[in-house]
Amino acid sequence: MAKYRRNAHAVAALVREAEVHRDVYVDPEIFELEMEHLFPNSWIYVGHASQLSKPGDFITANIGRQPVLASRHSDGSIHVFYNRCPHKGVKIASEPCGNTGKFFRCPYHAWSFKTDGSLLAIPLKKGYEGTGFGDTQANEGLSKVRNVVVYRDFIFARLNDSGLSFKDYFGESLSTIDNMVDRSPDGKLAVMATPIRYMHTCNWKMLVENQTDTCHPMVAHESSAGTAVKVWKREQGEATEAPMAVQLYAPFMSPYEFYEQSGIRIWPNGHGHTGVNNSIHSNYAGIPGYLDQMVAAYGEKRALEILGEVRHNTVYFPNIMVKGAVQILRNFIPIAVDRTLVESWVYRLVGAPDKLYERALMYNRFINAPTSIVGHDDLEMYERAQEGLTTNGNQWVNLQRLYEAGEQPDATAVINGTSERQMRNQFHAWVKFMTMDMDQHVEAAE
Amino acid sequence: MISEKTITDFIYREAELLDTMQWQGWLDLFHPEGRYWMPLEWQQQDPVLQPSLMYEDLLLLKVRVERLAGERTFSQKPKSRCHHLLQAPQIVACDATAGVFKARTSYIYTETRGDALERYSGWVSHDLVQVGDDLKIKLKRVDLVNFDAPFGNIQLFM
Ligand code: FES
Ligand SMILES: [Fe+2]
Repeated sequence: MAKYRRNAHAVAALVREAEVHRDVYVDPEIFELEMEHLFPNSWIYVGHASQLSKPGDFITANIGRQPVLASRHSDGSIHVFYNRCPHKGVKIASEPCGNTGKFFRCPYHAWSFKTDGSLLAIPLKKGYEGTGFGDTQANEGLSKVRNVVVYRDFIFARLNDSGLSFKDYFGESLSTIDNMVDRSPDGKLAVMATPIRYMHTCNWKMLVENQTDTCHPMVAHESSAGTAVKVWKREQGEATEAPMAVQLYAPFMSPYEFYEQSGIRIWPNGHGHTGVNNSIHSNYAGIPGYLDQMVAAYGEKRALEILGEVRHNTVYFPNIMVKGAVQILRNFIPIAVDRTLVESWVYRLVGAPDKLYERALMYNRFINAPTSIVGHDDLEMYERAQEGLTTNGNQWVNLQRLYEAGEQPDATAVINGTSERQMRNQFHAWVKFMTMDMDQHVEAAE
Repeated sequence: MISEKTITDFIYREAELLDTMQWQGWLDLFHPEGRYWMPLEWQQQDPVLQPSLMYEDLLLLKVRVERLAGERTFSQKPKSRCHHLLQAPQIVACDATAGVFKARTSYIYTETRGDALERYSGWVSHDLVQVGDDLKIKLKRVDLVNFDAPFGNIQLFM
């Protein structure tokens, strides 16, 4: 018996002011509904325009669980399609990226499509004459995702035709993407390589929440970051300057007070970030030559303003996190209720010294890889939570830290950095985008 | 005198140290400037400006080893164990005058923890140097056949 389908009330009741019911993490029906409602109603990251530099370039991705395909057309425009042939549904592209030339050609019966998705040719076309084929959806070619926005080279798409506009959905939160792009002296980012991929046997939302969970690093990462600091002090002594590796690990052990004062900023629709006043990325050693390049490109005042904004993790609801200061984007791709594929991308700051790219790559493999000791700490916690949440003694997850009665939903605010308010913010958005089209579905079903 | 058999024995010995969790003995096999590298690309050339799964010096390897025994290392409760199945190493270079000793070894690696067991395969390339009478690891390069697949935790050493 469906408990939540066509029941916006029941879905909304899973989220209280400062608690959420465990079904949001463990119930397969809720996961199905997330795929049907939450992801299609939200703006989802598809890829980066630098991956589509030439006409005919394409990438494949998933929006929720639905495979999509993005391409660069001959006129320079970017298009996003559902990745299936209009004939019998075969996936048009199966590689993560490539160049298809002037057209896509389906490998099954050779229907072909221009890189804007329109139908180019069908073999033995005569067989369709007088059949009414001209009136079918197939005749239109690859089905388009109509709502696509390329913002400073970041490609986002919303599957559902109605919903919030890109601007209304993201609002001021786009400032983190702005800051990441502005950190390039040329104002440009480039994807140079494949992401680090890491399979997580847990619900995707645990990963998203953890991005602004500032009360866990000094506890859960004592084993990795704490040991790194300990071994470094013992082996090299404190006198010498810490190598890049230790500079990256050590701030994870910062005390509660550090995170408290560094602050969290929340925005409407579930977006928010840690590291408002400073962050774990603030004290990395300068990279020779970089500041000069930035000053030359932007002038001193603006350059210092850009580099002075050192945000920690920015959550773009529902499922990506951006680190402007280290040029990393993590994509939490839902596979099943208890399975999440994490793809962590690094962007190169075009025109900046190699050392910055080297540092971003190092950070990515230290923190986001299946071989990363920090990653091991986190995944262990998610797995234990996924199992622990099946117990029946208490069916609620507590998100009460620094809760204040009467918190405004969809607010913009800067708060204490150890607050769990960003998690509450995400769950408010979760209810909104889960239920916003449920009534229409109810009508359609009746 | 370093012979081809010295290289082969060294590689078998290394696997034995890992399989028996003699971590300190394993670290002792590394040259002070030694590196452990797991590329993320096919026939990768650059460990630093191309993404890698691991590229670690002795300091970072010591951190890993020390972490495994840590009181608050929860991802090691219960502990992982590993098993290396090696094909006979193929000697790529054994030149005492030039000081170049290299081998490439095909492997199947198993890592287990609790009830879970994962199996990986690939090739390991040893780049060794002579220090006194012994060989030491200058570079251990681990190329997984499916380096681009999404794995769960890999906590020990291939
Ligand atoms: S399925 Fe694509 S051409 Fe037939
Ligand atoms: Fe963490």
